[in-house]
Formats: sequence, structure tokens, C-alpha cells
Amino acid sequence: MEKLNFQFASAPASPAADPALCGVVGSGNLEILLNAGDLPNQCVVEIKTAARGFADTWQAVIGAFAAAHPAGGTRIAINDMGATPAVVSLRLAQALAEYQGGAQ
Amino acid sequence: MNAPLPRQWDSLRQNRGRRLERAASLGLAGKNGKEIPVDRIIDLLEAVIQPGDRVCLEGNNQKQADFLSESLADCSPERINHLSMVQSVLALPSHVDLFERGLANRLDFSFSGPQGARLAKLVQEQRIEIGAIHTYLELFGRYFMDLTPNVALIAAQAADAEGNLYLGPNTEDTPAIVEATAFKGGIVIAQVNERLEKLPRVDVPADWVDFTVLAPKPNYIEPLFTRDPAQITEVQVLMAMMAIKGIYAEYGVTRLNHGIGFDTAAIELLLPTYAADLGLKGKICTHWALNPHPTLIPAIESGFVESVHCFGSEVGMDAYISARSDVFFTGADGSMRSNRAFSQTAGLYACDMFIGSTLQMDMAGNSSTATLGRITGFGGAPNMGSDPHGRRHASPAWLKAGREAYGPNAIRGRKLVVQMVETFREHMAPVFVEELDAWKLQKMMGAELPPIMIYGDDVSHIVTEEGIANLLLCRSPEEREQAIRGVAGFTPVGMARDKAMVENLRDRGIVRRPEDLGIDPRQATRDLLAARSVKDLVRWSGGLYAPPSRFRNW
Repeated sequence: MEKLNFQFASAPASPAADPALCGVVGSGNLEILLNAGDLPNQCVVEIKTAARGFADTWQAVIGAFAAAHPAGGTRIAINDMGATPAVVSLRLAQALAEYQGGAQ
Repeated sequence: MNAPLPRQWDSLRQNRGRRLERAASLGLAGKNGKEIPVDRIIDLLEAVIQPGDRVCLEGNNQKQADFLSESLADCSPERINHLSMVQSVLALPSHVDLFERGLANRLDFSFSGPQGARLAKLVQEQRIEIGAIHTYLELFGRYFMDLTPNVALIAAQAADAEGNLYLGPNTEDTPAIVEATAFKGGIVIAQVNERLEKLPRVDVPADWVDFTVLAPKPNYIEPLFTRDPAQITEVQVLMAMMAIKGIYAEYGVTRLNHGIGFDTAAIELLLPTYAADLGLKGKICTHWALNPHPTLIPAIESGFVESVHCFGSEVGMDAYISARSDVFFTGADGSMRSNRAFSQTAGLYACDMFIGSTLQMDMAGNSSTATLGRITGFGGAPNMGSDPHGRRHASPAWLKAGREAYGPNAIRGRKLVVQMVETFREHMAPVFVEELDAWKLQKMMGAELPPIMIYGDDVSHIVTEEGIANLLLCRSPEEREQAIRGVAGFTPVGMARDKAMVENLRDRGIVRRPEDLGIDPRQATRDLLAARSVKDLVRWSGGLYAPPSRFRNW
């Protein structure tokens, strides 16, 4: 198990009342919990992953997500069981869309 | 004036006569008809096959003349040797045994799948000489040119007493093989699953067939094109949504071929749901050159599909096919007739799109399924996945692609050749690479060319989870390279992209993201699949589809 923490500048997301939960903790998959954060222009991410040694890839995936989507003002917790970057990107997009309730 | 050369002009026919006499002298056939007792098959093969012969062993990734292959491998290498084998697929252990046991030493083929590693080892040990790796159509073409078989060993469903053959739904390669052999002085031997007094239909007439043998068990057929919907991932659903909305709909693709795999199975299962919601029924995917994929059943039942011509059949699909004769090509007897040569021709010249997958792609768009230590070949993909310069008839999809590639005054159209891949395979192996393994394999095997499956200049679009790259619209090699890097995700080559240039390509619609296509990621779930299990497929078929036991988990 490896723990990783990232924080990226990102355009503010439309704030929502409820957190969004997406995905499941299963082989090749991950669970994402997206909550309102304290910093309106920052996307704060905490990752627990079963696959060690992929910090650079995580940084790139989260960085690209924060740059491409308005994800500021969110706090994202991820429980990962070896999901590919493709799955991570899809889940992040799904969680954010869910959080904003169709505001995308 | 030169005197004509003195020569004998019917040596093939005379040689054929001597082979048949040798068999007759052993009490095999001749006056007794064409039926050979199963325990005399080795005597027959040793009587009619000569050292140095070119022998065609029928077998594809579906139907296999497995009994004849095993019997040939059991022949004496003292009697039969230096054979030159021509065959579509090297798939069975006995295919490789022929070379290991010293019966054969040369091979021309198309695909080697499961025997790829053994084959590579034999080549490195110089115990096998590979003539060339072909596409199916190329190999069939050479059967009528410079690789005509002396002897063909084929598989049929049934024979009658005269030697007429019924091939059943898995007609596949047999017509092409038999025609080349029987009309150039060759010998045709068929293994059959059953003897019938009256055949349902005659697929090969008796006078093209020399011997038939009732095999101890029915010929093997691999359920190669069955994909369990339960294994389709949400990333594959997302990619299928992008392909349907960004390519199928925009070009109005009605005539197409799908490669094998879960990516294309996802598209098939999204036709009755996602594509129908987009109003695409009747506008896309009406005519197919395709094996009878079980995952196409929901689209057929939903009225999406008008016609399907098949290369071969698929285990468990026969009753469904018979009951859908408006869609499939079936005989008066009710069963399907497939034909690989004709379906490949349809795929080459009458399809507007091929969409398939690959294991590796380089920055020029070249793709290969060859990996180190394995010689796998190509099958039909290079035919399907190429823009045929011999095509002359127009269609809206072909014209649109042509104008994108060559400008508004283009004098030709362009086939859509789409590669659909996730950027990483299992174990985080990147699909996008700076250099294909094919180059190392070429050096290792001493081959004249690297085994490239689809050339980059034939590829029109690449679909990944990150987006679609339209290579037709690229105007320089640099743009192509950045368009490919721009959808290569977080692979090392994807991360090495020129971000500004990729954003410029995105502004021009050359690279498109799911959000550019108006795709809501929340829709990309397995709930969007028309069938989520094999059992669902059976239900869609009204109980006509009978999946093989390994796909039954209920």
C-alpha cells in the first residue's frame, strides 16, 4: 500500500451540497470520493493505492484532470486497486460530473 | 525458325495417375470408390504424397483438418520429407510436429496464433524455412499462381458415397483450396464428420475429390469470435461511444468489418441502445463482412442489421443463423455457407470501414501484433485494414474520407481504417511506442521486412480512452505524430507530446476529447450495453443461440 498526496490549481467547480462516490474497490478498479474542499482554486487529492511505484503517473493523470476540468474547491479521496490511467481518468470525470449534477 | 521444345505437356496429370495407381495397388479406393477406412489413412498419405510435395493443410482459426494433420505427422519421415506446407493458419501442435519430426521444412502461411512461440524457436534453430507470411487473400491468390498444392488435406462436415462434400456453415477456406488443387493435377483428401446417403447440399462436387475418410471425431472448431459481454469494461464502453458518435455517425458508415475483441464487441452492444438513441438506426452498420459474432445478436434483433456475409461460422450460432436467413447467406437446405475468400474480398472492396485493435503502434501509426519471441502473422487484418487503390465505386463515407485526406477536388475516396486501443494493455504495457518490437523480430528472424500488420499510411483514425485522432486531416508527418501522441494518454510517448501543438490540433478537430464530442462520462457504464452477459445474448436470440459450455455460467 502506498499513500500519495497531490494538490493542483484548477478552475473552481460549481459547489455542490452532496459528495459524489464513484467506482468500487476491486481488481483493476478504484473508488473515488469527491467532497467539497476548503480552497476554491485547488484540487486536493489523497490516494491509497495497492500498486507501488506509480507516483509520476498519478501526478500526470491528476494534473491533466485538474487542467482539463474545473475541479477547484474539491477534495478527492481515492482507494485504488491497480486501475489503469484510463480507468482513473474516466472515474474522475464521472465523479466530477456526478458532484456537479449535470452542470458540466 | 526454332524447333518447338520436345516436352511432355501433361506431366501433372500423368503424375497424378501414378499416385492414384499406388493407392489402388494398396487396395485403397480405385474400384472401391473414394472411401478410405480410417485405419489405412497413413498408408494412403504415404502412397499419394511424394517427397518435396507442396501440401495444403486446411485449417483456419476456426475449422481444422485436425485428424489429417495428426495423421500426416505420424507418417514416416523416410517416406515423406522435404514437404513445403501451405496453410492459412498454423494453430495445432501437430502442425508444428511436421517440422519437428522432419517431414516438412518449408512454410508459407498467414497466421500462427497459439503456436507463435514454437514457430519462432524452429526458425531460430533453422529447422524451418518460412517462405513468407501472407494475408489470407494473398495466400489464396498464390494457390492459383506459384504455390499451387500437389495435395490438399481438407475438412468437410459430410460426404456421400460418390464423394460429394457438404461443408456445413464452416465452409471457410475449402472452396479456394479445392479449386486450386483439383484443377492443377493435385490430389484432394477430405476428412469428414459423417457419411450420409443424401447430403443437405453439395458444396464440393465429387469429381473434385479423390478420397474421403471418416474421422474418429468431428473436426475441431474454435469459438474464436465469442466475447462474453460480462468482461466488457466501462473504458471500452466510453471508447465505443466515441467511435459511434465521432466516426460511425459522422461518416454514415453503413458497410463495415469489425475486428475481433472486446472493444468492437462493445460497439456491437451499444447499437441498440446508444446508437439507437442518437437516431442512427438504418443510418449506420446495415451491411457487414463479419463472422457471426454472438454480440451482434441484439443489433440484429433490433433491426439495425440488413445483411451479414461470413468468413466462417461460430460455435453455437448455427440455429440462430438458419432462423435469420434474411440476414445471413444460407443455402436452400437452411444452413449457412461462409466463404473466407469472398468475405475477404467484400472486406477489401465493398466495406467503407475497418475497425480493429492492435498490441503496439508507433509514432507513424504503424501497428503490429508481433512481440518478441513470437511469430504470429496477420490473418485478414491487412486486407481489411488497408485502403484499396483498386476501388472505383463511390459511397458517402468513402467520399467524405477522401475529401478530408486529399482535399475538396479529390479524384478518389478513402477507406476508413480505425485502430481502437486502450493506451495501456495488461501489466501496464504501453500500446504506443517509439519503436515496434517488429523491428527487433525482423533482425532476429532474418526476415526481409518487419511484420507490420497495418501500415500507418492506411490508418485514418485512432480511438483511445483519451480521444479520437483523425489522421486524414493531418497535413505533415509532424502533425500526424503529435495527433498520435495526443491520444496516447499517459504512456511515455503520450507524455512526450508537444502540448501546444496538440491543443492546436484539437482546435482544428484533428484531436477530439469525449467532451468535444458531447459525451457525458456518466453514461459510460455497463448499463449502456444491450447485453451484459452471455445469458442475455441467449435471451435476445429467443433461445436460438447455444453458447459453448465454457461460456455458460448459469
